[in-house]
Amino acid sequence: MGIRFILMVNKQGQTRLAQYYEWLTLEERRALEGEIVRKCLARNDQQIRFELMFEFLCSYAGVLAGWLALNEQCSFVEHRNYKIVYRRYASLFFMVGVDDDENELAILEFIHLLVETMDKHFGNVCELDIMFHLEKAHFMLEEMVMNGCIVETSKANILSPIQLMDKAH
Amino acid sequence: MDNLFQRSLEDLIKGFRLQLLGDSSFISRALEEIRREIKATDLSTKSTALHKLSYLAAIHGVDMSWAAFHALEVVSSSRFHHKRIGYQAITQSFHDQTSVLLLITNQLRKDLNSVNEYEVSLALECLSRIGTRDLARDLSPEVFTLLGSSKSFVRKKATGVVLRVFDKYPDAVKVCFKRLVENLETSDPQILSAVVGVFCELASKDPTSCLPLAPEFFKILVESRNNWVLIKLLKIFSKLASVEPRLGRKVAEPICEHMKRTVAKSLVFECVRTVVSSLSDHEAAVKLAVAKIREFLVEDDPNLKYLGLHALSIAAPKHLWAVLENKEAVVKALSDDDPNVKLEALHLLMAMVTEDNVSEISRILMNYALKSDPLFCNEIIISVLSVCSRNAYEIIVDFDWYVSLLGEMARIPHCQRGEEIEHQLIDIGMRVRDARPQLVRVSWALLIDPALLGNMFLHPILSAASWVSGEYVEFAKNPYELVEALVQPRTDLLPPYIRAIYIHSVFKVLVFCLGSYFSAQESSSGSSSTVYESILNLVNVIEIGVWPLSGAYDVEVQERAKNVLGFIGMAKQDIAKKVNLQDNEAEACRVTAFMEDAFSEELGPISANAREKVCVPDGLELEENLGDLEEICGKFLKPVESDSVSCTDKISFSVSKLRIRDQQEASSSTSLPPKESSSLLAEHRKRHGMYYLTSKKNDPDSNGTPNDYPPANDLASEILLDPLDPKRKAKHRKSRPVVVKLDEGGESRITTSQAKTKQESVTDDESLSRDIQSALLVNKKGKEREKCEGNSNLVVVQEEETSRIEKPQNSEKKKKKKKNGERTSRKHRSRRRSEVASSSEQVEIPDLLL
Repeated sequence: MGIRFILMVNKQGQTRLAQYYEWLTLEERRALEGEIVRKCLARNDQQIRFELMFEFLCSYAGVLAGWLALNEQCSFVEHRNYKIVYRRYASLFFMVGVDDDENELAILEFIHLLVETMDKHFGNVCELDIMFHLEKAHFMLEEMVMNGCIVETSKANILSPIQLMDKAH
Repeated sequence: MDNLFQRSLEDLIKGFRLQLLGDSSFISRALEEIRREIKATDLSTKSTALHKLSYLAAIHGVDMSWAAFHALEVVSSSRFHHKRIGYQAITQSFHDQTSVLLLITNQLRKDLNSVNEYEVSLALECLSRIGTRDLARDLSPEVFTLLGSSKSFVRKKATGVVLRVFDKYPDAVKVCFKRLVENLETSDPQILSAVVGVFCELASKDPTSCLPLAPEFFKILVESRNNWVLIKLLKIFSKLASVEPRLGRKVAEPICEHMKRTVAKSLVFECVRTVVSSLSDHEAAVKLAVAKIREFLVEDDPNLKYLGLHALSIAAPKHLWAVLENKEAVVKALSDDDPNVKLEALHLLMAMVTEDNVSEISRILMNYALKSDPLFCNEIIISVLSVCSRNAYEIIVDFDWYVSLLGEMARIPHCQRGEEIEHQLIDIGMRVRDARPQLVRVSWALLIDPALLGNMFLHPILSAASWVSGEYVEFAKNPYELVEALVQPRTDLLPPYIRAIYIHSVFKVLVFCLGSYFSAQESSSGSSSTVYESILNLVNVIEIGVWPLSGAYDVEVQERAKNVLGFIGMAKQDIAKKVNLQDNEAEACRVTAFMEDAFSEELGPISANAREKVCVPDGLELEENLGDLEEICGKFLKPVESDSVSCTDKISFSVSKLRIRDQQEASSSTSLPPKESSSLLAEHRKRHGMYYLTSKKNDPDSNGTPNDYPPANDLASEILLDPLDPKRKAKHRKSRPVVVKLDEGGESRITTSQAKTKQESVTDDESLSRDIQSALLVNKKGKEREKCEGNSNLVVVQEEETSRIEKPQNSEKKKKKKKNGERTSRKHRSRRRSEVASSSEQVEIPDLLL
């Protein structure tokens, strides 16, 4: 049903965020994360990356076409019975596992939307922000995706409840 | 490190990053702390502890299921902050087996009815992640209310939850569906997006039930500018169009509009995919789609290239012209950096293969295989092999070329597909008589190469090569070299079972050579000394080569080696007496002739269901199980000391006995079997059931069985080739082998059982779809009454009723005499397996669309 899980993993393979939309036991999760991370990390080793360029773009609302031009390899990986769409932003990999019939480019845009939203909220988001404010990241995701379907794509709408909650707290 | 204040999550994280003790000890210390803190009665302490625990569970994989009850307590707090933490913990850790799941229902209900929309949203989120059947059932009224709430924020979330609720508790459809459909007509883009998402999922599961909503979807398709919504709509239409072809005509127009107008590549791709998969009959749309695919293929971005290739491969079955147009792009993609792109290109190329271009394409692919990494190389090999061998090699015209291609594949450094190549070598040898000379030639080349013996992946190929050389030795140009190759010392590297095959092939070659020597002896008056020399050499070489193996550890190798050596020992004497050997009564001669005879029978392929083609001889009774045996042979199974058994009865069974049993009742012929021996049999059967033959061939008679199977020759001659096809060039006489059709009986058995299991899993979806349809029709009925009473344009539905239990519903049935069709809705779902219910019904789309 659409999106199965969303993972954020850093270059060393440590999971920074994991949101699953179907129940998996702890061992299954670890195994899955390990396999996927290995696949995606291995693919990226061959690329020449412009790290600074990425972080620069991160803090602006980047045009998607610009991102695409910097990729050297396909962002899709087949894994068992679903696909994984991933993209690397600086030191963090964003991976989304989707069903076979999902539109991959739309998911790439979704990932970008997620990053932009976090950027808007945290201001120049980096890995540490996600680590220290994990629940905020979870909330953002919850606003955007329900039950594996993307329900909200406007940044303003996503952020307003979160900002309200922060104010109240 | 006891602090005065409780450590917050932030402290924990900082501590973790700074600590030097090692991860696991830090975590266990933190866990201890948490366990203490979480038992506190103060909700703030509890919630912070729970917060830390969720973090550890999420990132470090710590088990937090023991804290389930604490999470519940935290959720019941009135402070929003605590609620948030509690719900987060619950969503993360609860699952179907959590014992305290029942307790959460009330809490959820309270929060769902709360005034604060954020609490509501928390509860909805939680429900969507952990919802079980009971929760769904109990909370569906609340969800229903929320679907009509005035706050769009809440409505949006409620829509998101609906899918899970429907999934777990299909009866909720009747209640909630109407509101859902109302939401479809909303102008609020947030809600629209959510609703369309839900319908997208519902349509994937069961398209026909969403078909009546097609007009609304169409309206949105034409009007909306939101790409996300459009993409989902396209998915819905793609599913709907496959059930209802007329829809395709209507929808093709707006889709083409979108394709031309939009800038967003994702939308373009989705349009292309929809057109190519579901609307493939509309030429104009397909042409436009293929043009767009071409644009994708020439982009630099590997994502777009991959997607272009992917779309092309979806289009390939029906629109091969599209693939052929883009052939150069596809071949170029084979050398791309990205493995996904390469694979897609390979599959596309395979789809393009026909009789004419198979050699050209294989040439290209072999070149690529030599240049690529092992993974891709093997992919290429396996796809070439499978395509060429499809349908008994129907694509291959020139088998000589194909056999040499197989030999070439064996020499590719990364080749790991030895078994498949082995299988095909032997298969072709058996099926295609004319290819045998070439086959032997290729095998010889493989066998004499000592380098190949070291490669473990090639051993299966070598075993096939040796078998082929032995079996078809009459085509070999130089048996002597062949034998040398087969006994060369480097064959020590082979595993024993392949060694055994080598030795057996040596045997066959030997027999052939001796046979021809002896027959030459008889025909010619005197044998030339060179012939004598050579045969003696041959025999000596074999003896020297095989002799060390007669002490081999492996029994198979040892036995065969000894066989060969024994044969040689006997033949040697007769060869030595060469000059006087005029009579063919010599022992060696006779034995050789006998062996030749044995080896001359051809082996051929046998169909999997060959056994069933054997008709049971008359008078042979095949019983279900050996239970009846007790009646017949009970007295024979009695322990030995019994006197009543005469020795004549102890003969093993013959067919006649069984026939007698059939003619008279068992009781008349035999005495009552003693309980112990028959039960012994039953016991034995229970314990070793798997060694018993299946019921078809259950007679204990050993005399009958060998004659039931026709010798392999008969079947082989059935299978072998057609005489020459006049179309082929005269010098390449290629024939097509006749493939034995598999017995239908066995297959249909399999498919019905598969169909049965499939149907069992389908009943859940069926019931969901039935409910949706009934809800829709009630909906429609209400709407029509409001809109246009007695509109004659609406056509009455023809319904194809399948066998279904008609439960006599009371007033509902009468109410259902409506314009859109007749359905019975049931109070409870019946679990009876019917034919696929959804597909049998045709629902008319109202005229708005047609």
